[in-house]
Amino acid sequence: MTAEILSLSLQLSMPEIILAVGALALLMIGVFSGDKSTSTVTGLAVALLLVAGLWLIFMPGEGEAYGGAFMLDPFARFMKVLALIGSIVAMVMSVGRAQSDQLDRFEFPVLLVLSTLGMMLLISANDLIALYLGLELMSLALYVIAAFNRDSIRSTEAGLKYFVLGALSSGMMLYGMSLVYGFTGNTGFDEIAGILSSEPRHMGLIFGMVFVLAGACFKISAVPFHMWTPDVYEGAPTPVTAFFAAGPKVAAMAILVRIVSEAFLPILADWRQIIVFVSIASMLLGSFAAIGQRNIKRLMAYSSIGHMGYALVGLAAGTETGVSGVVLYMTIYMIMTLGTFACIMAMRRKEGGNVENVDDLAGLSSTKPFMAIVLTALMFSMAGIPPLAGFFAKYFVFVAAIEAKLYALAVIGVLSSVVGAYYYLRIVKLMWFDEAQGEFARISGELRLVFGLSGLFVTAYVLFGGPIGTAANAAAKSFF
Amino acid sequence: MGLQAIFFYLFAFVAVASAFMVISAKNPVHSVLFLILVFFNAAGLFLLTGAEFLAMILLVVYIGAVAVLFLFVVMMLDIDFAELRSGVLQYAPVGILIGLIVAAELIVVIGGSVLTPDAARSITMPIPNPAERTNTAALGDVLYTNYVYFFQIAGLVLLVAMIGAIVLTLRHRENIKRQDISKQVARTPATAVEVVKVKPGQGV
Repeated sequence: MTAEILSLSLQLSMPEIILAVGALALLMIGVFSGDKSTSTVTGLAVALLLVAGLWLIFMPGEGEAYGGAFMLDPFARFMKVLALIGSIVAMVMSVGRAQSDQLDRFEFPVLLVLSTLGMMLLISANDLIALYLGLELMSLALYVIAAFNRDSIRSTEAGLKYFVLGALSSGMMLYGMSLVYGFTGNTGFDEIAGILSSEPRHMGLIFGMVFVLAGACFKISAVPFHMWTPDVYEGAPTPVTAFFAAGPKVAAMAILVRIVSEAFLPILADWRQIIVFVSIASMLLGSFAAIGQRNIKRLMAYSSIGHMGYALVGLAAGTETGVSGVVLYMTIYMIMTLGTFACIMAMRRKEGGNVENVDDLAGLSSTKPFMAIVLTALMFSMAGIPPLAGFFAKYFVFVAAIEAKLYALAVIGVLSSVVGAYYYLRIVKLMWFDEAQGEFARISGELRLVFGLSGLFVTAYVLFGGPIGTAANAAAKSFF
Repeated sequence: MGLQAIFFYLFAFVAVASAFMVISAKNPVHSVLFLILVFFNAAGLFLLTGAEFLAMILLVVYIGAVAVLFLFVVMMLDIDFAELRSGVLQYAPVGILIGLIVAAELIVVIGGSVLTPDAARSITMPIPNPAERTNTAALGDVLYTNYVYFFQIAGLVLLVAMIGAIVLTLRHRENIKRQDISKQVARTPATAVEVVKVKPGQGV
């Protein structure tokens, strides 16, 4: 590696370097000034993520770095900005709850920054080794923050469960990677694609690909690798759950898109069956299993499983419109989810503290009308009712599936979204037509800001969504 | 060549013999000491094949850290190893089965290299000739150049593991008594001695 290549590489990966060096600096600040520095460290961590995001948006430059292991293309840029927004919002939301959930230690923001760094490395991974390391950096920090409230049995259980199952999925993924490497002799995505398109595919390689996809599907919690999601969502402190539902999902979906549409594109027919199966199973389970849930965090877990299924519909198409649909879906999904979690965090009784049952929302329209209106918009949007943002998200992935002649997939998707609408509408019914049983405490400013912006986004998307769609199209062009 | 063969058989024989002693020694401390001897001999075997980096890593990591940790655990914990080992013959069939599987795998690997000697040449990045470039230098050639990116991320992953271990386990105990020298030095008779007037027959 000559000095010139190295400096180009450093330049392309500058946002990651900012985060890595910044995380080390924050760690030093925290260690030397003790736990009283938590709020300073949190503020600096948000600033750090902002700087990285601004650098990504405003600094030009594209290409491969570090000998092809790192790739910065429009797709990576878009998804990284998305993951950064998710992390920033989740971190800001966590401030108000830090005390009651025992998150008020300086390691918490540092781990969030390191996890976000893992997401960015994962999104940019262009090589199996880089993919694995990015995934582990992201996940390892997530395991720790899931168990962060170590005096709570549920939080510890969530962390342990996530860790054991995550280690299992990492093992499967590594096994698959070793098979892929064994049968192609390369770890770079471009080289793998080159070999796949020039030589007849080997059965061992298909095995390897299946294992790699299984590992990625675990991280996006798609059926049949979803078992951990409800328990971890419920057990982890709510600010942590909000973080889980935003950035890591975006990053894992990005790497799934990249690996199938870059490395394995020549064997589209082989991976399409897998994605179609996973997608159908996730959509159906997400709609039916959520019906019986009483805890709103568990409900959101099943809802996110379902949403991953819909996003995969676009990926199954294997076309440029499909990938653009996935990018758009993840954008809208993340913003809706963050807004909903802001509302969940606002569910806090004056006496008795935090509540997380769906029934606690009863009569919200009379006690907190603004929150009720926003949550109604978010629920309608999640159900995919026009003209809200969620409708457009679903519309573009289904159109891509129909263009690729996957009619059965599209029909099952539409039908399961009808089933899914039931439990979203039940929340709306509870809020507007049931008797209030008590009032929530005053909602803190940052939560109000987050769900307000999120509600504004889903309602105004029909008017101002054009540029986001254009950006998603430009991102999808990276592969085709 | 003759000298190398003698050393090979010496290391190999001692390694196998002490591996046997690891599982047959009555005293668990002896078992761990024999394990250390196995590691030493394995390191010797690595040295003979020219893998001096692996040999040194084996010494530093396995003996310096892992085996010594074992030794501590064995000495500190009061585990009745004789009782643990009482039912060992029950597991013999499973052990024999695993042994057979490993033997079969060895035969496949060695048989493969005998049947198609040119299979080794299809490796993407072959090891440089040890006579020209030593093992450690060859690792350094790629580790800090082609693989610097992976190397750095691996470092961050280990950092996260360390932070996680501390966050989840460290507890600052409140009532612990620590020595505070400045406080000791600053003591005066006025702060340290109290004159109490004791009433007769009542005690302090």
